[in-house]
Amino acid sequence: MSTEPMLSVTDLHAYYGKSHVLNGVNMEIMPGEVIALLGRNGVGRSTTAKAIMGEVAPVGSVKFKGQEIAGLPNHKIARLGLGYVPENRDIFPTMSVRQNLMLGIKDMRKQGKWTIEQMLDMFPNLRSRADNMAGVLSGGEKQMLTMCRTLMGDPDLIIIDEPTEGLAPKIVQQVGDMIAEIARAGVSILLVEQKLSIALRIANRVYVMGHGEIVYGGTPEEFKTRDDVRKEWLEV
Amino acid sequence: METIVFSLLNGIIYGLLLFMLSSGLTLIFSMMGVLNFAHASFYMLGAYFAYTVMGATNYWVALILAPIIVGVVGMGVERWGLRRVHANGHVAELLFTFGLAYLIDEIVKIVWGRTSVNYQVPDALNFPLFTIYNAQYSAYRIFILFVAIFMLCALWYLLKKTRAGLIIQAALTHPHMVGHLGHNVPAIFMGVFGAGCALAGLAGVIGGNYFITDPAMAVQMGPIVFVVVVVGGLGSLEGAFVAAMLIGLLQTFAISINASFADIFGFLGLSPTSEFGSITIASMAPMLPFLLLVLILIVRPTGLMGDREV
Repeated sequence: MSTEPMLSVTDLHAYYGKSHVLNGVNMEIMPGEVIALLGRNGVGRSTTAKAIMGEVAPVGSVKFKGQEIAGLPNHKIARLGLGYVPENRDIFPTMSVRQNLMLGIKDMRKQGKWTIEQMLDMFPNLRSRADNMAGVLSGGEKQMLTMCRTLMGDPDLIIIDEPTEGLAPKIVQQVGDMIAEIARAGVSILLVEQKLSIALRIANRVYVMGHGEIVYGGTPEEFKTRDDVRKEWLEV
Repeated sequence: METIVFSLLNGIIYGLLLFMLSSGLTLIFSMMGVLNFAHASFYMLGAYFAYTVMGATNYWVALILAPIIVGVVGMGVERWGLRRVHANGHVAELLFTFGLAYLIDEIVKIVWGRTSVNYQVPDALNFPLFTIYNAQYSAYRIFILFVAIFMLCALWYLLKKTRAGLIIQAALTHPHMVGHLGHNVPAIFMGVFGAGCALAGLAGVIGGNYFITDPAMAVQMGPIVFVVVVVGGLGSLEGAFVAAMLIGLLQTFAISINASFADIFGFLGLSPTSEFGSITIASMAPMLPFLLLVLILIVRPTGLMGDREV
């Protein structure tokens, strides 16, 4: 692992109208790391993801591979190698699974890490649905499709926002396996997730958010011993 | 019988011209949410540019060049006008295109004059192509038919069979996501706006000498194009096509019916001699698209094939 962080967020603020949602977020993600961003509903985890991606106007510094990306148009951020899987999934419903995957490719002239066929081999659930309209997929399949679509663009870091929300427990397990698979392929991941079982299984490091800022950071092993953090910031 | 054949042909040609205009309008609407009031002005610009280019060169150069110039003007309008206004919301956008329509109107009057210009069908196509039942049918109309069908196939191929078309369709539903996948959405918007304007310009090039090229042509065509888009369903290309053909045929057939209300009253056993008696079906033709518009909005607010309310 190099010592240069892949993503470094410094004093990041964000606002919805007059309400101050992010209150100076600081975090770093090293190459190859899987980071879980935990916290209760409404503390600003998704907003952090959105502010990094420019979906919400960011105030502060967001550096990706050393380059300032706060304020860049979203396609430029994507082309630097930062992928985003939004919580509402945003699949293209009237197109086939295959076409959805094709849209993830940024440049047809360059062969990426994965071909569509390899992607379908890796995730057999999608293979059986390859020529179906994406709109008829189940929630879990849509989630997998969204992640695969972003992977087609060869990101170095992928931000996944609430991937298991609204999914049945068995499917949650499958999505978790898939994220672990992505991590094994060497892609860094920032995972916004509420389910500790998934987050602690996959992550190398955990951040906990409260009131629009990071209130704790540590390894999953250390986090497991910190009942105080869990009580104060996570348990309802 | 020849009335039916001719009305059918004329109706199809008129319908295809309407589609050429409304396809751009509906694409622009579904992508950017902008109802472009100036769309028919680009149609008018197409006709005038063609007239000028044809004067300097010939019709065939004008056929290619005029829509391109209109498209470039459209791209400029999007890039330096609409994109900035967009930040201030839809009402501002609507007012912007409204003002633009009048601006283009006045510019056309200043440059080319207030009366019609002599934009003529090229000699090479100015002859009767065939004769049915002793009536001649002009070659230029068939030429319009072919250009329109060619355009239709090209548009369909581009949107459904190419990667660029796939990206455009994706940007219709989730523009932000398309950006996050690394596609330059503002550039796509500009391209689609330009292409939509170029299509309107092409309709102007082939329609301007079929009808008449004067500063009122935008005002005459504009409302009908809106009717097509609303009746077809905002944002639906298929719907726009069906509605364009429907209105094209409806209007053309109505014009060819010589019967008046007096005949209908007589048939019903009523007195044929009232003010209403002298009204002919043909004279009601201009009213029909708007009647259809009003009825559709009452009965089916999403239009024939659209999925969103107006």
